[in-house]
Amino acid sequence: MNLDIAAILTVDGVAAGAIYVLVAIGLVLIFTVTRVIFVPFGDIAAFAALTLAALNDKRLPGTAGLVVSLAVVASLMEAYALYARGRVKTIPRALAWYLLAPLILVAVTGGLSRLDPPVFVRALMAIGLVLPVAPLLDRIVFRPIADATVLLLLIVAVALHFALVGLGLLFFGPEGVRTDPFVDASLTLGGVIISGQTMLIVGAAIVFSLALYAMFGFTLAGKALRATAMNRTGARLMGIRPARAGTLAYLAGSLMAAVSGILIAPVNTIFYDSGFLIGLKAFVGAIIGGLTSYPLTALGAVLVGMLESFAAFESSALKDVIVFSLLVPVLIWRSLLSDEAQEDVEE
Amino acid sequence: MSALSPRALAIVAIVLALAAPHLVSAFYVTLLNYIGVYALVAIGLTLLTGVAGVVSFGQAALVGIAAYATAWLTTTQGLSPWIGLGFALVSTLAAAALIGLITMRLKGHLLSLSTVAWGLAIAFCFGNVDGLGNFTGIAAIPPIYLGPISLGPSQRIYYLILAVVVAGLWLARNLLDSRVGRAMRALRGGALLVESVAVDPFRARLTAFLLAAAFAALSGWLYAHLGRFVSPSSFDAGAGIEYLMMAMIGGAASPLGGLIGAALITWAKNAIQDYLPLIAGGAAGQLEIVVFSALFILFLQRARDGVTPYLAALLPWRPAPLAPAPLLPRRALPSPGAPLLTLEHVERRFKGLIAVSDLSFEVKAVEILGLIGPNGAGKSTTFNLITGALAPSAGAIRFLGETVTGKRQYVIARSGIARTFQHVKLRPRMSALDNVLIGAFGRLSSGVFRAALRLNRAEEASARHDAQRALERVGLGARAFDLAGQLSLGEQRLLEIARALMTDPILLVLDEPAAGLRRAEKQALADLLRDLRGEGLTILVVEHDMDFVMNLVDRLVVMDFGCKLAEGPPVAVRADARVREAYLGGVA
Repeated sequence: MNLDIAAILTVDGVAAGAIYVLVAIGLVLIFTVTRVIFVPFGDIAAFAALTLAALNDKRLPGTAGLVVSLAVVASLMEAYALYARGRVKTIPRALAWYLLAPLILVAVTGGLSRLDPPVFVRALMAIGLVLPVAPLLDRIVFRPIADATVLLLLIVAVALHFALVGLGLLFFGPEGVRTDPFVDASLTLGGVIISGQTMLIVGAAIVFSLALYAMFGFTLAGKALRATAMNRTGARLMGIRPARAGTLAYLAGSLMAAVSGILIAPVNTIFYDSGFLIGLKAFVGAIIGGLTSYPLTALGAVLVGMLESFAAFESSALKDVIVFSLLVPVLIWRSLLSDEAQEDVEE
Repeated sequence: MSALSPRALAIVAIVLALAAPHLVSAFYVTLLNYIGVYALVAIGLTLLTGVAGVVSFGQAALVGIAAYATAWLTTTQGLSPWIGLGFALVSTLAAAALIGLITMRLKGHLLSLSTVAWGLAIAFCFGNVDGLGNFTGIAAIPPIYLGPISLGPSQRIYYLILAVVVAGLWLARNLLDSRVGRAMRALRGGALLVESVAVDPFRARLTAFLLAAAFAALSGWLYAHLGRFVSPSSFDAGAGIEYLMMAMIGGAASPLGGLIGAALITWAKNAIQDYLPLIAGGAAGQLEIVVFSALFILFLQRARDGVTPYLAALLPWRPAPLAPAPLLPRRALPSPGAPLLTLEHVERRFKGLIAVSDLSFEVKAVEILGLIGPNGAGKSTTFNLITGALAPSAGAIRFLGETVTGKRQYVIARSGIARTFQHVKLRPRMSALDNVLIGAFGRLSSGVFRAALRLNRAEEASARHDAQRALERVGLGARAFDLAGQLSLGEQRLLEIARALMTDPILLVLDEPAAGLRRAEKQALADLLRDLRGEGLTILVVEHDMDFVMNLVDRLVVMDFGCKLAEGPPVAVRADARVREAYLGGVA
């Protein structure tokens, strides 16, 4: 391996890493607020890519059907939960959020798609369509067991991933998609060609990370999220609803995952089940950050991208083996760092 | 209903299972074969996940190692499947030992995340290592031969699988009712308790992991020679979660849950494949995994304990009666007055805070020493330093003349220090008797194999008899078979003392034993502790209840702001001006 190859691999690695950064930061966000290790985030990214591809082909994306189905289930559950607690009067308001809002979103996107909008509008539409998926899943799957142990939530998250793979196949079909690049420009830096797409990906990762940082640091909603993450009961006493904080976290996280999906679609062919590996590699990055630190997570995600890129050069067959094996020493390091005697509660 | 004893049911089930190949069609025999093969993995998982509390997503990869090992040996090397069995077991256990040595020390959910990591890494290897057939896998694996008889036909291998599953269930059940099994059962809910009764939690967890791996290896070997074909997709992440699903839906708390779960899932998968096309038409293939995952999620939301507890509730359960047996041997106790535990200039810092500073005192053999002080005086820290839950920043602690500073908690516990906890630590779903028996770990000697083969019966009978006596001593003799979680707080404190006594301690260290006890109970507790001293035990007690302490102890050590304030007999301490000031805030 000479320097030129190393430079090319580095650029590839950083681009892949930037994708993982977007997903990984969402993972950390969700984990800190809800204690759910949301493995299906990769699926959200893949669904965004597939949605964009469908919009490009002037088809109604499968996401529409998915969102409507989830909205119906979530509304029924919410309505029943409210009814059971004797709060019948609040049902219309809940329905407006859980049913009407997603339906309007789908209708607007459906209408817009007939107008043949430019590609950036289509990208926004794709992101918009994917956004409700994770919050709706949160309502359906995780809200009923919000107080369960991290482990149980993890098992449920893994099971949910498999459900989403099935739903993905159902709503998007088995064909892979690859969209056109958003920009054709490229930059030559020291003999290495850096494509516009790569710059876009890295730029997006930086912008969204900083935006999230700003939201946490400077807005009330962000502070409420942080408070919930630190102490659920305490936040509740301060008038913050953990459930609402969770929804907000899922929305913010989905935004990042959807953006990463849109950006990766021109670089890699995306199938209904491509989300798994994206999610897991982002997850490795998130673990490096201890599922708590955003800067370390970003660094970890870039590291995973680089490692993958260099490992692929050495042995393309075993690159995934190498990436996941790396997780074990990272976990040991993390375990040594957490010196407090963690006493799991008996279930 | 008396005919419906568990034993009779087991016999009926086995007779039915023996006759099954003659009662059902070949298709269902094959289905039963796969249920048996999957059940082995799930039984192993109940030991690992349900009993020892380690959720593993990676069992499929271990099954894969075994299946590929035997497949490779019997196809490319042309060796007998029986040699393949040995090779499968050795390679799976070697891999599991390596993984376990590295990962079983991980804390909390990090441990489970590591199973995702190695599970995926191994699964990716199957498809990518040359010589293992890559993504097409290995075909034409020979059947198992029993002498001249080929076990190729599914009606014949059925009996081998049945034998392995029944044996597996029997061994697992025996194991759980033993010294090692109880240590594993106590793991769930935190390591502090198990360490306090001389169990090395890492070792107990590793044992459970290796046992689960052995079950996975047997399953992998049978799988390879049953389907006569292996490919990577059978051992991927999806298969891993499916095994976990079987164990959890069946009821991970008992090995039988593994079998029931495997049967339910395998049957349901088959039924979904049969009936879903009728409802969903062409989309059935895609919907299968959705329906399945959705059912699993619903299940985890509604009935986390699995179906076995519901079935078990239908059966009349009678605990085995306690038979008289020789008591377990006791260790020699030191003669009264000799220095037993010595703290020399012990200090403990938490970053900037000095919780215990330059603390020196001595506990003499066969006395009751009280450690008192206002809130925040450093009593609990001192307590944790003595029992090894914390290591001192400076100074030395000696027990029986030997330095124990910095030793692991379970090592200190083994040398004869037993403790109770300020916040009661019991296993609420185990009976009171079993909770006490956890304490016997260090006094019994049977290992995994003796326990699994029921060669530990004499030892167990003695231990049970001893545990019952310990319960009687603390006044809980009639509650032996009640679940610990059903006892009142006061009774739970007494149960902890019984467990501590079960370790045959030299020094009993009690953390606020009277808290939550009623007046009469306190009186009984004080009498018990005096009796124990009369039998040669030394007792160190941290307590807030002054009446209780003053009437009980021989000597007192008073702490304030991490330092020793006073030491001496209760009367002298009570008269001490500094003590009065610390408690009452200035002499009135």
